[in-house]
Parts: sequence; structure tokens; C-alpha cells
Amino acid sequence: MTKNVLFKSLLFAASFIVLLICGGIVYALVSGSWEAFSQFGVFQFIFSSDWDPTIGNEHYGALSFIVGTLFTSFLALALCIPFSLPVSLFIGEYFKGKKIANFIGSVIDLLAGIPSIVYGLWGFYTFRGLMVDLHLSSEGFGILTSSVVLAIMIIPYATSLSAEFFKMVPNDLKEGAFSLGATQYEVIRRVSFPMTSSGVFASYILALGRALGETMAVTMLIGNTNLLPTSLTDTGNTMASIIANQFGEADGLKLSSLIAIGLLLFVITAIINLIGRFIMKKFAPTK
Amino acid sequence: MTMTIKKIKDRAFFYGVCFFSFLTVVPLVAIIWELVSKGYKQINWSFFTESAPSTFEAMLAKQSGDILPGGIANGITGTLLMVCLAAIIAIPVGIFAGVYLAEKPKSKYAAVIRFIADLLQGTPSIIIGIIAYAWVVKPLGSYSALAGATALMIMMLPLIIRSTEETLKMLPGSLKEAAAALGAPYYTIVLRILLPSAFGGLFTGTLLAVSRVTGETAPLMLTALGSTAINWDVTAPTSAVPLLIWEFYNDPNLADMIWSSSLFLMALILILNLIAKQVAKKWRIQ
Repeated sequence: MTKNVLFKSLLFAASFIVLLICGGIVYALVSGSWEAFSQFGVFQFIFSSDWDPTIGNEHYGALSFIVGTLFTSFLALALCIPFSLPVSLFIGEYFKGKKIANFIGSVIDLLAGIPSIVYGLWGFYTFRGLMVDLHLSSEGFGILTSSVVLAIMIIPYATSLSAEFFKMVPNDLKEGAFSLGATQYEVIRRVSFPMTSSGVFASYILALGRALGETMAVTMLIGNTNLLPTSLTDTGNTMASIIANQFGEADGLKLSSLIAIGLLLFVITAIINLIGRFIMKKFAPTK
Repeated sequence: MTMTIKKIKDRAFFYGVCFFSFLTVVPLVAIIWELVSKGYKQINWSFFTESAPSTFEAMLAKQSGDILPGGIANGITGTLLMVCLAAIIAIPVGIFAGVYLAEKPKSKYAAVIRFIADLLQGTPSIIIGIIAYAWVVKPLGSYSALAGATALMIMMLPLIIRSTEETLKMLPGSLKEAAAALGAPYYTIVLRILLPSAFGGLFTGTLLAVSRVTGETAPLMLTALGSTAINWDVTAPTSAVPLLIWEFYNDPNLADMIWSSSLFLMALILILNLIAKQVAKKWRIQ
């Protein structure tokens, strides 16, 4: 009997470790960013776009990076949907269960498996050249370049989830529409879309959550300037890329400011993920 | 007349869907083509057995028109060291926590843990890097393989927990009941009946978690830092394949090494994924 009790407490302990890790993460982020927040004030820190490491006149604010993050991520999401939606229809509706759907599905899985740094390399050596050739920007770095590569990176996440929702649409509903003379397009528009809209929407929200935190590819492509980006071809920095760029040589107030940016990013991605999961649980058809 | 417009719309939509679907294959082909065509030249025996060359060595080789000397052995061993360290902790903890969650579908506490696991899974890897920096690098006073492994462990944990829970939920309840009816104690039921029956799912989940963290760069930049020689000391800075790619990217003399190391990393991840898929197919719970 004692063995049973021991084993049960072992299982409990394993789950408790997860709780401890989460507590430890929040504690480390809050205590690490304390110096920056108490120096500048939380509100000031978020809404100031200064990033001045001059000793004696140090001033740090996160606004440029928050804008950079939101700008690239939402643009990436907008660019991702026109590709993700057809692919999820292809897998979950038109060729549901067929070999060709499996093939496209595997390709999507492979895209998800490519490391961020490899996407960055491809963006840097190949796609950036294309941007220069098209005269979209002189060096090829910037918001637009990062967003396109980000879009390719999040297509798998948006697609595989939303395809699952299309697969879940009951066949008898579709057959009913077909028997009334509807074409496949009409079935998709009038039956599949209304049934899956919230689930597909939630998939896009979760894909957005991915884009917000992507680091390496963006760091290699965005141009790394600490300015507030205002147009598609501007260079900038995202919250993740400024941390990746400057964490190594930072200390004191600057380090604390970078951790504060990390805390803000943590909060933003947590909120986005929660919204996505909430919608999925609440409105998804039986799952 | 309306009939034909209807049909044309339907066809047009279908071809549009097909067109965009095949367009998504393009980046994958383009990336793999770039890695293979630029990377194959550097792949030879010393690529796997020697450490990365210094800038100076690389420059000399470039001037005389040779391929670059050396390899990425320090990265391969570092990746192996850190991923194994991370897996040693993450696999048992993740599987046990997953069992706990699967056994308590309705408890409030379990719902909180599930929620946190989801939260951890969505946390950007760079933030996990900051955490491992604060937990390990700062107290030890030096960048280390231990810190890198900590970061990778935190990233693997939620993946293993959720895949364990999902797999166990698919097992028929009669399995547990039959064992309990025979008078088996709880720990025997879990260790001898549930976990072995779920082996395929657990293995796949673990392998996917490993392949997911193998390509991670950002958290290692803040924790393991990198080293020029093969290192097995867990308290010393250590290199990893993605870290080496980042170094090569930042050093024009070493640029030729980028493609071969990326090709190696991609192949490694691809193989892990394929094995995971094969196992999942073979051990699927009926």
C-alpha cells in the first residue's frame, strides 16, 4: 500500500514541477525587470520609443519594438491566410483522406520542422535578393522581408489546425446540400465555412502567437535599427530580435530593460494564446 | 444560364485552391534545394570529426581555393550533450505529469497544470533563454551546457506532457479495469499496463519534442554561448549545431560552412520526424 502512496505522490510531484517552473518563470521575469520598471515607470517604459544606451544618459523604452513586433506579426498573418486557407481546404475538404492530401500534409509538416535559423538564412541569401531586384528596398532588410518569411513560417501552424476543423464537418450536412443541387464551392461557403469559422479563426490566432515570438529569422532580416517603424520598407527591431541582439553584451539597467521587454512579450503571447484556446474550446464543433 | 455561371464559379474556386496549395510547396523545395546544392561540397569525413576552423584557417583555405578545413564536431557533440541532458529530465517528469493529468480529467488542480503546460508551449523560445540565463548562468557565473539543457528541458516538457496525456486518453478503460480486477496495485497498472500499451504514442511524442528543440538557436545564444573545441564539461560554455550556423553566418570567411551545417541540421530533424511518424503508424492504438 505504501508503494501505491509513494507512486501517487511521485505523479503529483511531476505535475507540481510544472507549476514550479511557471512560478519560477514569472518570478525571474518580474524580479529581473524590476530595476527598469522602477527607473522609468511601467507606463513610461511601454510608451517611450527612446533606446539610448549612452552612459550617464541611459534611457530605454519598448515602444519601437512593440510596434515592430505587432507590425511584422499581423502583416505575416495577413500574408499567410491566402495560402493557408486554400491548403486547409485542399487537405480537409477537396481531397480529404486522399493520397495527394497526405502528400501536401507532409510537406506542411516538413515546413513546420525547418529551424528558424534556416528560414533566416534562406531569407537573407535568397529572398532578400529578390526584394532588392524588385526595387522594394535598397538593402532588402526590413519589415516586409521579415513578414514574408514569417508568413511562410506560420503557414504550417495555421494550416494543419484549420484543416482538422474542415475535416470535422459532418458528411450528412454536406450531402444534404449536394442533394439540393449545390456545387462544392457553395457547400464550402454555406456549410463548411459557417460551421468552422470560429475554429479556423482560432487557428489563425494561435499562428499569430507563433509569429510574435519568432526570433532568429526576424533578427537576420529586419535590419536591427532601434527606430519606430512606420512603413513596410522601414528597418526596425522586434521585441524578440532586440533581446537576441543585445542580451549578450548587456548589463545593469540595459539588461533589466531587455528582461522587461521579455516580460512584456511573455504577457502578449500568453494573452494571444489564451484567446485562441478559449475560442477553440468554446465554439469548436464537438472537441 | 445560371447553371453555367454556378459551375464556372465552382471550377474557378477549385483550381484556385489547387494552385495556392501547390504554391506552398515552393518554399520547401527552394530551401532544400539551396541547402543541398550549396552544402554538399563541404560534407566529408572531417566535417563530422573535426571542430570548426578559425577565421584565419578559413581565410587561408579560401585564398588557395580549397574547401574549408575542419567540421562541426564541436557542434554535434554539444547538441548531443545538451539534448540528452534535457531529455533525461524532461522525459520522466513529462510522462509522469502526463499520467497524472490523464488520470484526473476533472480535477481543478489538473486543469491549472494543463493550462500552464499550454502556456509554456506558447512561450517564445527567446524568453525561455532569458529564464535559463537567470536560473543557471547568473548563479553559476558562467555560460554552460547545463544552462542550455535547462532551456531545452523547459521547451520539451509541455510537448511531452500533452502527448502523453492524449495517448493515455485513447487507451480503452477496460484495460485498466481488467488489471485492477486481477488485484494489481495502482503503480503496477500504470507502469506495466498503461505505459507499455501507450509506448508508441509516448515514443513519437518524445521524438517530436527532441526534434523540435534540436533546431533551437535563440535560447542557446543566451545560455550555452558556444565554444571552439569539443566540450563535455556541463559547466563550461558549449557549442551546438545551430549556434555554429549563427557563428558562420556572422563571419564572412566561414560563410561556406553555413550550408553544409544547415543541411546536416535539416537532415537530422527530418530523420527524427520520419522515425516518429513511422513509429506512430506502427503502434497506433486500435
